Amino acid sequence: MAGGGFTAGRALAAAAGLALALSLAGLAAPQWLLFLLTMAFSHGLAVLGVVLLTRGGGATFGQGMFFAIGAYAAALLPQAAGIQDMALRIVAGTLAAGLVAAVFAPLLARYRGIFFAMLTLALSMVLFGLISKSNALGGSDGISLARGTLAGFAIPAGRSEYMLFLLTVVTSAAAGWAVVVYWHSAAGLVAQAVRANALRVEYLGASARASLGISFVLSALLGGLGGTLTALALGHVEPNMTNWTTSGEFVFVAVLAGYRSVVAVFVASVLLEVVRSFSNLYFPNTWQLALGAFLLLVILFRPDGLGSLWLARGRGAAAAPAPAAGGAAPAKPTEAAG
Amino acid sequence: MAFTILVDAITYASWLFVVSLGLTLVFGVLKILNIAHGSVYALGAYAAASCVAVVASWKLAPAFSLVAMLLAAAGVAAVVGPLLERTLLARFYGRDEVLLLLVTYALFLMLEDLTKLAWGVHPYFVSEPLQLFGNFALGPMRLAGYDLMLVALAAVCGVLTWAVLNRTTVGKIVLAVIHNPEMSASMGVNVQRVYTGAFTAGMFLAALGGAFTAPLVSVQPGLSVSVIVVSFAVVIIGGLGSIPGAAIGALVVGLARAASVHLMPEIELFSIYLVMAAVLMFRPEGLFQAVKARLI
Repeated sequence: MAGGGFTAGRALAAAAGLALALSLAGLAAPQWLLFLLTMAFSHGLAVLGVVLLTRGGGATFGQGMFFAIGAYAAALLPQAAGIQDMALRIVAGTLAAGLVAAVFAPLLARYRGIFFAMLTLALSMVLFGLISKSNALGGSDGISLARGTLAGFAIPAGRSEYMLFLLTVVTSAAAGWAVVVYWHSAAGLVAQAVRANALRVEYLGASARASLGISFVLSALLGGLGGTLTALALGHVEPNMTNWTTSGEFVFVAVLAGYRSVVAVFVASVLLEVVRSFSNLYFPNTWQLALGAFLLLVILFRPDGLGSLWLARGRGAAAAPAPAAGGAAPAKPTEAAG
Repeated sequence: MAFTILVDAITYASWLFVVSLGLTLVFGVLKILNIAHGSVYALGAYAAASCVAVVASWKLAPAFSLVAMLLAAAGVAAVVGPLLERTLLARFYGRDEVLLLLVTYALFLMLEDLTKLAWGVHPYFVSEPLQLFGNFALGPMRLAGYDLMLVALAAVCGVLTWAVLNRTTVGKIVLAVIHNPEMSASMGVNVQRVYTGAFTAGMFLAALGGAFTAPLVSVQPGLSVSVIVVSFAVVIIGGLGSIPGAAIGALVVGLARAASVHLMPEIELFSIYLVMAAVLMFRPEGLFQAVKARLI
């Protein structure tokens, strides 16, 4: 992503190359690894949404909301509308998440920083309460779902794990490419400017509010997409998908990955899934504790290495290198991120 | 019906006000929106459950259970407040407020598991303090004496906080730090100490709210997130950093919740946020505009 040599075509080639390599590697991978990677990538899509929103000036603690909307849409469509096809359910789940976000965007885009973050948390917890208490949505037990056809074709028995892996990898690569292109577009650059200084963006004639709203809807689309894929891979949806614990993991991976590289998001997501599969063996009851402690360590000691979330922001840049003494820290030049 | 809703609303608002007061105090002085506030509330509830059980096992007079709850809250605040503020939060002053939000979020995650490790996942029930106050009749209604005590407690907390801030030298110093920490420091105010004190006071209010609601609820995991979500709504409705705002916000939330519990129980949390959204539509900074919420 660094340097001026970015073209959409070159990024597309890179994304296609990565997807192809992963798909071929997947042919040789054992079943459990395929499932782990499917989970990692589908969650990674939701994290990509968090990263995109962070880059556009909004911190979110409620990404799980759109993750759950996507997942529940994929789970409910077969009964509600008779749609069995996975491709259609993925599209519908993604759009449903985007639609809900578009409804709330005008209200949320008036806020920034902590207010924005807490409102997203609040919305997701309201949805959690609604789903948990709703009998039609399966209550706190959730709903099980079948996979169905893919673009009209029945999936051969025994290959469904691989097909789903393939679907997730291809979708992730496509979404990752789209996000990179967006980041290099005029709208993406405005979003980045909103994060740095919203007031200045307004003076320059662009609407910071509209930009933040767009970032919010885009991040919701990614969250919904990740949710549908997760639901199809798991075969089950539950209200926990919109609980703060889920959103917290998305934020965690986003902080881990930083907000400059799409690839880093998926790498960090795979890392978390690997650690999670071991954690069930070694520390089953202290998962949140481990997450929180590691998050603190990253924030304290590697704010630029893993996170690099706070260096490239105008006001924060001056204060970032010297956390202890309040004295005048040398202002670092803002790093260009594109 | 209307009377029942009103009584429920006021009871709910009373402890919610105590907790939200702590949240708004910490935000006002330190500019931190502390997500771990709910965790400290839960800590207070758990500590109270344990202390009341200990007092009961000593066979002291039941009135001592109240003292036990108070001491539990004070103990939690005395340990958690200075520890978190000095060792952790102090490293981040002057940094971006979203970064601080992430730090308190990490704390929240950790405290959630630490409470589970310390107290397990089974619910605790504290009934002794409830029996202490009995019931009495008011017209056709039977009221729990404990609820009245909660209302009195909330009033005392509110008035005391207001009086300390506005009628004492310490309070004037705190207000000076709120308005301009640098100028206060140059006038010889120990700003660090004010921060530690204010944070600990906020933690005490959170733990106090937790300790005195322990008899009303089953103390179990999940308590913390529900409290932070609701008390956040309170301070947003009232306006962050405002004491009267917290009181009004708590009453509004209490009314919305009580009405929905009695009329449409499915939308309990939803109703609170509906009210919040309505307030925000017309007054984006909350009813009492102490700080600017809008940045765009």
